[in-house]
Amino acid sequence: MKTWVYIDHFKGEALPASWEAVGVGKTLGSVTALVFGSGVEALAKLAFEYGAEEVLLGDDAALADFRAEVYASTLSKLASEQSPDLILLPTTTRGRELAAMTAIDLNTGVLVDVTAVEVDGDKVVATRPIYAGKLLEKTVCNAKPQIVTLRGRAFPKPEAQAGKSGTLTRVTPVVEARTNVEGYSTGEGGVSLTDAGVIVSGGRGTSNNPALTPPPGLDEKQAEIWKAQEGFKKVGELAKVLGGALGASRAAVDAGYIPYAHQVGQTGKVVSPDLYIACGISGAIQHLAGMRTSKMIVAINKDAEAPIFKVARYGVVGDMHQVVPALTEAFKKKLGK
Amino acid sequence: MKIVACIKQVPDSAAKVVVENGQISWGDAPLVINPWDEFAVEAALQQKEALGGEVIAVSMGNETAKEALKHALAMGCDQAILISDQALEGLDTQGVARVLAAAIQKIGGVDMAFFGRQTIDGDAGLTPAQSARVLGWPFLGLTAKLECSGRTVKIERATEEGRQMVSAELPAVFSIAKDYGEPRYPSFMGIRKASRAEIPVWSLGDLGINAPAPVIAWPALLNPPSREVNCEFITGGSPEEIANALADKIIAEKVL
Repeated sequence: MKTWVYIDHFKGEALPASWEAVGVGKTLGSVTALVFGSGVEALAKLAFEYGAEEVLLGDDAALADFRAEVYASTLSKLASEQSPDLILLPTTTRGRELAAMTAIDLNTGVLVDVTAVEVDGDKVVATRPIYAGKLLEKTVCNAKPQIVTLRGRAFPKPEAQAGKSGTLTRVTPVVEARTNVEGYSTGEGGVSLTDAGVIVSGGRGTSNNPALTPPPGLDEKQAEIWKAQEGFKKVGELAKVLGGALGASRAAVDAGYIPYAHQVGQTGKVVSPDLYIACGISGAIQHLAGMRTSKMIVAINKDAEAPIFKVARYGVVGDMHQVVPALTEAFKKKLGK
Repeated sequence: MKIVACIKQVPDSAAKVVVENGQISWGDAPLVINPWDEFAVEAALQQKEALGGEVIAVSMGNETAKEALKHALAMGCDQAILISDQALEGLDTQGVARVLAAAIQKIGGVDMAFFGRQTIDGDAGLTPAQSARVLGWPFLGLTAKLECSGRTVKIERATEEGRQMVSAELPAVFSIAKDYGEPRYPSFMGIRKASRAEIPVWSLGDLGINAPAPVIAWPALLNPPSREVNCEFITGGSPEEIANALADKIIAEKVL
């Protein structure tokens, strides 16, 4: 299968899911990587090292910022000239928008956020979670090129082979811009939950620490939030020791304890880390839907009947405010940090 | 401003969803407005409040989808339109985008079209960008903040790496991120008004288009492999003892 893989990157830094997509492409046939941006030739070199035979490099000031409409016009023109069978993209915000628009241009369809692929003749049969993973569907695209976005961490990342090279072809962008990118504010550096190997999350239980006395002058709601933020500090410290990301339940986000960017679940991020530690989270069905495919789940909760224990490999029935800091200390010692 | 909010009716997020005899079943769980679309309606209403004009809620589906439109009316939308046609069964996102774009064209003079970021049933999140592409309008995805002056809109986009500032000229299509702000609850007066509202139904004939040919097929639906885990409870005399035992277990599982 003549496969193209879109290398998604932010300011020249490729997202790991881009290389995972190259790996999937290699299992299906020859891989041509698409690298769009400005000053991104280094990414083309990396694409060869991860296994691409060819790179179509759009290196142009007009491509400096990702603009879905410009990238889509460029990709659509290339695809209509060269007729790939399959275009793979990582399921990122950019990958999704680019795939969506390109499918309209080429009169084809997108199989989005796919977690497994098989091949049937010249077709990819993709498996993808729907209803936030409560169900799976098998789906095919009956037009060409088939466009497929792959969920991050669902496929192995290939080994890079230093020094490997291939055919580099420079391409010209099609600039029909309808938007202007005026800048970025990365704020707290973003929360990369979908890439994380370890996630430690807090829920409603973060606010439930009778040992704490809030500072004077807070009303009841403010005191609750203050307590929860103290609780989340402990959850965050455990995440830090494990090199992981900080997550939260919807209940904690809705109560104003922590920004939405941390939310795991059906209306937050769907995640699949190697280790997920749920602290003071009861395990509502919407939360379980967002993390149930984690390799191993550990739950710490006061209530022995909490549904989170039904998906957990290890559980502690106890006060997260005591167990979580103790766990942080234990890992510090055992991991030599 | 003429503002459209596109919404979908979906099973409630608390529903237990399973496959039974090859069909999706959500038991007796209620059908609700897609939670992400409530943010789109909220954004549409805020723009109307700031700039004047009207908000028209549009949905595609069968007769029951009128309930989701009534929710949007009760929140404060001025009008609602249901697009319903037997020929729309089994449509894929590309087709949905073409139909919604045709409806937006038929409404005419639309300045802003708001979508939720994705639906919680299909989880595709393609329709907003695809509708923009069909219309040939700027697409402002995952909008967390929106300011409009004259015909120029400036937005902040909530991306993985942080906020991105983007500007464009109207008319434009927006998908709204949860960061935009909590959607309002329907008011008592709004609910009364919505219950009496007549919701017109448009067919493909009314839109003057044929049913788009689907390119995506779904040969199988599966229940996910059940997660057979027996939770091993770690106990001990003190939090430290428990933490030590748990840390050893986790390290032994080689997930770090």
